[in-house]
Amino acid sequence: MTFIPKPKLHHPDLQKNALGYTRRDYEGPVSTLCAGCGHDSISAAIVKACFELDIEPHRVAKMSGIGCSSKTPTYFLGASHGFNSVHGRMPSVATGANLANKDLIYLGVSGDGDSASIGIGQFAHAMRRGVNMVYIVENNGVYGLTKGQFSATSDKGAKSKRGVVNSDEAIDLVGLALQLGATFVARSFSGDKTQLVPLIEAALQHKGIAFIDCISPCVAFNNHEGSTKSFDYVREHNEALNSLDVISGREEITVDYEPGTMEMVTQHDGSVLALRKLHTSYDVNDRVAALTYMQERAAAGEIVTGLLYVDPNPRDLHAHLDTVETPLNALNDDALVPGARALERINAGLR
Amino acid sequence: MLQQVDRVAPAIMGIQRVNDFVVKFANVNGSGSASANALFAKSVLRMGVTATPRNIFPSNIQGLPTWYEVRISEAGYMGARGGGPDLMVAMNPQTWDADVKGIEPGGYLFYDNTKPMPPSKFRDDIVVIGVPLTRMTNESYSNPRERQLFKNIVGLGALAALLEMDVPCIEQLLAEQFKNRERLIKANVQALHMGLDWVKANLDCPIGLTLRKADSVGDRILIDGNAAAALGAVYGGATVCAWYPITPSSSVAEAFTSYCNRLRVDKATGKKNFAIVQAEDELASIGMVIGAAWNGARAFTATSGPGISLMQEFIGLAYFAEIPAVIMDVQRSGPSTGMPTRTQQTDITACAYASHGDTKHVLLIPEDGYECFEFGALAFDLADRLQTPIFVMLDLEIGMNDRLTKPFVWDDSRKMDRGKVMTSEELQAGKKFGRYLDVDNDGITYRTYPGTHPTKGAFFTRGTSKDSMARYSEEGPDYQENMERLLKKHNTARSMVPPAIERKASKPTKYGAIYFGSTSPAMPEADEQLNALGVSLDLLRVRGFPFGDEVNAFIEAHEKVFVIEQNRDGQMRSLLINELEINPKQLVKILHYDGTPITARFISGAIADALQIAKPAKQSEVVS
Repeated sequence: MTFIPKPKLHHPDLQKNALGYTRRDYEGPVSTLCAGCGHDSISAAIVKACFELDIEPHRVAKMSGIGCSSKTPTYFLGASHGFNSVHGRMPSVATGANLANKDLIYLGVSGDGDSASIGIGQFAHAMRRGVNMVYIVENNGVYGLTKGQFSATSDKGAKSKRGVVNSDEAIDLVGLALQLGATFVARSFSGDKTQLVPLIEAALQHKGIAFIDCISPCVAFNNHEGSTKSFDYVREHNEALNSLDVISGREEITVDYEPGTMEMVTQHDGSVLALRKLHTSYDVNDRVAALTYMQERAAAGEIVTGLLYVDPNPRDLHAHLDTVETPLNALNDDALVPGARALERINAGLR
Repeated sequence: MLQQVDRVAPAIMGIQRVNDFVVKFANVNGSGSASANALFAKSVLRMGVTATPRNIFPSNIQGLPTWYEVRISEAGYMGARGGGPDLMVAMNPQTWDADVKGIEPGGYLFYDNTKPMPPSKFRDDIVVIGVPLTRMTNESYSNPRERQLFKNIVGLGALAALLEMDVPCIEQLLAEQFKNRERLIKANVQALHMGLDWVKANLDCPIGLTLRKADSVGDRILIDGNAAAALGAVYGGATVCAWYPITPSSSVAEAFTSYCNRLRVDKATGKKNFAIVQAEDELASIGMVIGAAWNGARAFTATSGPGISLMQEFIGLAYFAEIPAVIMDVQRSGPSTGMPTRTQQTDITACAYASHGDTKHVLLIPEDGYECFEFGALAFDLADRLQTPIFVMLDLEIGMNDRLTKPFVWDDSRKMDRGKVMTSEELQAGKKFGRYLDVDNDGITYRTYPGTHPTKGAFFTRGTSKDSMARYSEEGPDYQENMERLLKKHNTARSMVPPAIERKASKPTKYGAIYFGSTSPAMPEADEQLNALGVSLDLLRVRGFPFGDEVNAFIEAHEKVFVIEQNRDGQMRSLLINELEINPKQLVKILHYDGTPITARFISGAIADALQIAKPAKQSEVVS
């Protein structure tokens, strides 16, 4: 059996959102990943975020590449179209999909092998083009499906389950995303749902490229002593910068806060990110400072998490290309085909 | 020798021909000669004489030699003639020796004699015409760039006098080219007359090669295949183009951009009804095309052989997951980087069977600009109807050379055929949807666009095996059923691609010839040459793959069929043998693959050789 549907039986008292959907309506078939896999927690966080934001599931397009992480879109948002493409190439497929219909929400799920190794080129170019999408890397530092080889985000000196020590430098996707102009950059941990869910919500509302590097331990191959992507290691070295509440434009802002510890970031669509600052001096709108801070803390062996950078007024690829408001896939013959008379004029110009 | 200083009669009698000769310009790449050369070809066309220009250029931006060869033929022959030029316009000292050597015996050499060449640099069996172009332009212009650019026009004026061209035709072209820029028109006309007047005053003209007004052009238009294919994409409703620069295909995307900016900007808002992305590589290009097409936009990429190699994995995904995608492949010489600026038909099998696993793809093979436009538009309907990649197989010869072609036509009642797409209304009404469910028994299934309906019609697209309801499945029967259906779909495509066109010989014959693409202009001429040798051929021009029944019938009706193609291995022949189970002995390879365009002389010579027929023509002329 390669496909396990979830039972459709729901408790009658399940909470409903503004659309009348329950959390179950945002789920997919049963996951076939290992029990305890960090990726399943991220899937659950995506389900919760979409439910809480009252997103219509069918207005989301789930995009992925190849690998354990890329399998997960099957396991959430069963009413959405999904595209499990080829290894390392999710960004280009998502870019094309986004070009065709700017009105859907694009949720890309990738892994560290998929994005930092084989797909680092496409990762980089999606960041610099500003494709309006959420790009989550479920980062476990290891190849799970092929049984435990290092990936490009494995830290130098980290030890594999078989005892091999990684001698290559790690690629820091957050640093790259910041450098390449991503307009929303965050890092989180699959074991910290309270931090992760609002980050996904904020990313879903961001009208530009929103990148989340989510450390997601591999229980089968990278959760041992000596790993720097294990649950224990990440918990010990996690330095959270801020915690986030996402307030939609409709709601009244009623968050209580100590002066100087709260920062309100109003996004383009009117929604507000209420950031409770855990480091009062950190400026979430300063890309250069963010880069420096990430590097300083990484050198000290800490994993900085939270919302690292956000541009409240991002421009996306469609803005750069100056496309019409109507999604390109909805344009009809009248808009697209210039017709016989125009062709006669072209002919005349070629004689 | 005919020189400007002394009016001594030429030592030999030059070739005497009207409206039937070849002029070759030897240029320095980047010297601005291209537009003057094109002006020469267009002027001949305006006189009603068929002229077929060809760019011969290296992989270089500036400084290396380039050539521009124009075959002039009132009889209408448009294939490369072969042999040397009758008139060599030798403007490049770097290639002087080879250029002089290449001239046909009795031919003419035109050169800038501001600094006269020693007699040892000429041949005594050609007519030499010296015109002091540099001296004239240096005396008349002070700006170095002007000197360079106007030198080309002064040279054109000189040729006009020597060949007795219609000067008002050239002036009219200049007026059109610099429309509303009176100062430029005046300056160019002045330069033209500078050359014209000098030659008339100092040389015997016309020479033995002359142009006379004729009526062999008709209402045909002059366009390169890449631009025509791009225009086809506009008319085909393409909204997304993702591409990566590669010779000889880059001008497809560039022409698409300029046509879109002209024809596809929303009048009310000034915003664009299209999205063009120059991707980071060919993998991303095809990925974007597949993503956009999956999401309901018409999308395409343009590339060449190396790009096709890079796209293999994605092409397999589009085949297996059944996503429309249009790929325009402007073929060049391979393998690897090969000869990037030389033509070949060398990606036939690479495209027909692209990607790992069992795959077969649909190819459209245009012969010229007209078909590039037609197939460029048709490809999008076929991609949507068949939900699979469609390859439009151009080559450098077709793509990057201006060529006379029938004017484009469009029927305004024609509408985009988006194929089997289930709508929200149909889903709501309870119509059964299974993404890979073959309800019509033609192998083609229904799809939905993402975002169609809140609760119905969503499915997961994947490159892994699945059942007819699009659920992941590694069950043998599910996999096999799907693969058999894909084969059925491929067979359905046989009647959808443009059928092969047959031309019967005037009398019954046991010999046939199959050809395609850029071999087309040379074929009728080769056929005439073979007729003169007593050989009759039935001709079949293949325009698509999978092959229709007519291809099999043609082969069956002949004892021997020559398969003429521009690659080393006989790729089309292999495809015919493999797909139609033809006895290989029945199909004779006629292969031309040195990177130059195939000529009628080559084809007739090779077929005569194969039939062991003695050729009365000069042996040297049979070598292209």
